[in-house]
Amino acid sequence: MIEFETPKPIVKQQYLLQTVAEEMMRPHSRYFDEHEHEIPWDYINFMHQAMQAVGAGSLAPASGNGDKEKEPDDKKKKYPPIGYQSLAFMLEMLSWGDVGIYLVTPGGSLGAAAVEATGTPEQKKKFLARFQAEEPAFGAMAMTEPQCGSDTSAIRTSAVLDEETNEWVLNGEKIFVTAGKISLEDSDGLVVIWATIDPSAGRAGMRPFVVEAGTPGVSVTKLEHKMGIRASDTASIVLQDARVPFENLLGSPEIPKKETKGFKGAMATFDATRPLVAATGIGVSRATLELLKELLAQQGVKIRYGLPRQKLTSVERDVIDMEIMLESAWLMVIKAVWLADNRKPNSLEASMSKVRGGDIVTKITQKALEIMGPIGYTRDHLLEKWFRDAKITDIYEGTGQINRLVVARNILGYRGEQLR
Amino acid sequence: MYGFEPSEEQKMLIDAIQRYTTNDLRPAAHDADEGGFFSEDLIEKGWELGILQASLPEDYGGFGEYSAVTGVLAAEELAHGDLAGGIAVLTPGLYAMPIFLAGTEQQKESLLPAVIEAEWKPYTAALIEPRFDFDPNDLKTEAIEFGDVYLLSGEKVFVPYADQAEAYIIYAKLDDATQGFIVEADAEGVEVGKRQAMMGVNALPLHKIKLDKVHVPMENKLGGQSSIDFEKILSSFRIATASLGVGLARAAFEYSRDYAKDRDVFGVKVAQKQAIAFMLAEMATEIEAIRLLTWEAAWMIDEGKEEAAKYAYLAQTGAMDMAMMVTDRAVQILGGHGYIREHPVEMWMRCGRGIASFTGLAMV
Ligand SMILES: Cc1cc2nc3c(=O)[nH]c(=O)nc-3n(C[C@H](O)[C@H](O)[C@H](O)COP(=O)(O)OP(=O)(O)OC[C@H]3O[C@@H](n4cnc5c(N)ncnc54)[C@H](O)[C@@H]3O)c2cc1C
Repeated sequence: MIEFETPKPIVKQQYLLQTVAEEMMRPHSRYFDEHEHEIPWDYINFMHQAMQAVGAGSLAPASGNGDKEKEPDDKKKKYPPIGYQSLAFMLEMLSWGDVGIYLVTPGGSLGAAAVEATGTPEQKKKFLARFQAEEPAFGAMAMTEPQCGSDTSAIRTSAVLDEETNEWVLNGEKIFVTAGKISLEDSDGLVVIWATIDPSAGRAGMRPFVVEAGTPGVSVTKLEHKMGIRASDTASIVLQDARVPFENLLGSPEIPKKETKGFKGAMATFDATRPLVAATGIGVSRATLELLKELLAQQGVKIRYGLPRQKLTSVERDVIDMEIMLESAWLMVIKAVWLADNRKPNSLEASMSKVRGGDIVTKITQKALEIMGPIGYTRDHLLEKWFRDAKITDIYEGTGQINRLVVARNILGYRGEQLR
Repeated sequence: MYGFEPSEEQKMLIDAIQRYTTNDLRPAAHDADEGGFFSEDLIEKGWELGILQASLPEDYGGFGEYSAVTGVLAAEELAHGDLAGGIAVLTPGLYAMPIFLAGTEQQKESLLPAVIEAEWKPYTAALIEPRFDFDPNDLKTEAIEFGDVYLLSGEKVFVPYADQAEAYIIYAKLDDATQGFIVEADAEGVEVGKRQAMMGVNALPLHKIKLDKVHVPMENKLGGQSSIDFEKILSSFRIATASLGVGLARAAFEYSRDYAKDRDVFGVKVAQKQAIAFMLAEMATEIEAIRLLTWEAAWMIDEGKEEAAKYAYLAQTGAMDMAMMVTDRAVQILGGHGYIREHPVEMWMRCGRGIASFTGLAMV
């Protein structure tokens, strides 16, 4: 069936989240933009309590969301799985509130997502429990290193097994870890560190390791100063003979002969998270478009829908183009998460939604500022902040170029070696 | 005849500006953007390059002659160093240039030498108004004749150094046309608002000012009794904005090009990825296109061509999209590193958007 009805539980959820966005985020957007590295604890504590109340401890896609097996029977009957869909809606609304503040929502975020995507049931139970605890906890995912970002197979952080103690010894440097500091230093959180257990094996040797807060040999060495999303910490993490128990390796330590399983784990995480990152871009776009229309309306500018382009003013045309971009990009996000919920392959759609999401949020925020002229350029409104927040959407979770590459390989039927 | 090479004299000026931007301005730009101001010495050093002084004749304290072409070359080079710093260095021109272009002989002789022969001082101007569709040919600030004075009322934004201004040129609508008025800093009715918080050019102090029936003596109307041809002044604003955009974009292009040739990705340099190489090729093409359009408009101004105003408009309008496109891509080419304030590209991207709204901040 082809249909576009928002599931009832999501409608309910959005109603609450909009209040959160309006009351807990928007009024503090400017403050946390201008006070980089301050932590929005009021928001965090509120969200933690709210999520505990509804039993959603972790933000990880599959935890109690979308994981069919875990859902109570009666729930299963009433609704097809909508875990990823509710998550996409949630992220869209919170990013409509403030994408920087959203990034410090407690729950495991990308760290938990990696545990979900690559861990065994025991590991999930063990590591994700902290997100249901009394105090808010955070999770992060660390892949990027100083010398490589897009080319994840070039990571140098190493993990060597100390057979005597049965511990993994990690060494290396990770950069640009979202929520790295709040996960390791400000809460009892965790960071999933991608490291190689066999540098000669390339991608096949890559493995995710859970590094918990308080692990000796792990230190946060730097916090970046960024263009936007300043409420979110972006940390460098140095691992110096950091020891973690054997069981902290997610998945299997065996190196298969042909497969590139470790790498596939990473890619599976991305298929899940890319549409969600796109959803955050949609939130910023929608916020921008709404404010733009409101400001224009105050100036007596009405958008006349239904006219041929030749009869539109240039502002009307710009706004209408923005609406096309926004709605179509959102549909691509929904399709990608709908596929994930229904356990269908979504690599193509996930990357497409990320390409489009990254594109439209930069275009919409840039155009909105141009249209508002000298008013848009000042910090009197949030438009200029959203312009700065927007750009990251086209960079992290695979740059626009990397996601175009994934789309191209998919539609052309080329493997990595054939199109790079 | 066509020609695309600067004269010997222009080359020398460009070289001198480059030394200044390379050694002084660019290295100071990041901290100035974060801290909100430039040191006076730095601006003074830029002033001593003599860009404005060389474009005015000896009679008024200068040592050269006016050339819009030289002006756009200089503005481009300054913005290549830093946009906010370039505008700061050029600020006294906001006052001197309109007087030179449209003032009476008496106004030129009495007012210009004080600006030109002294050290850098914040002589400034107020054109832009707080409206999304601000139109310099349809100002809301009005001048009305009242006995032997004009009364100016309205609101201005983006006025450089308004809080420490020596004097202003304030633009207002008089009998349906934009006219300029020479206004003393302490004139009654001029209320300088607080500094505006901006997305970019944070090192440049920009203020709102409110004008409440500011008395301007008749003789302080730019051009005296006869009304001035504002189009000429506007064209100078426009080509200045366009060339600032070109200089800024060149900076972003060069930085991202060099980065792409240095950084490894998937076993090759980032620049060897065709997706990136094509981006860079398009950036270079856009810059070249708008640069030529700007030069042509400037040349037309110098030659007194009838179509100069139209071409200045085209150059400025084209520069808006060019500056945004090029600076956005520069960030993209650096990937995550482009989003970090340690690299200048994100600052240039914030400035890049400003080009669309900065006509009124500089003149050449
Ligand atoms: C605020 C922020 C938060 C982040 N959070 C995290 C996090 O939580 N965890 C984490 O692991 N990482 C994180 N990152 C890192 C981010 O994912 C990387 O920056 C991104 O993947 C790009 O890598 P890079 O910066 O090394 O750019 P590079 O890989 O050096 O890329 C440079 C340029 O080359 C292009 N390029 C690369 N390969 C190709 C190709 N094959 N074809 C065409 N073009 C190509 C890129 O698109 C880019 O334009 C974060 C980054 C930022 C800025």
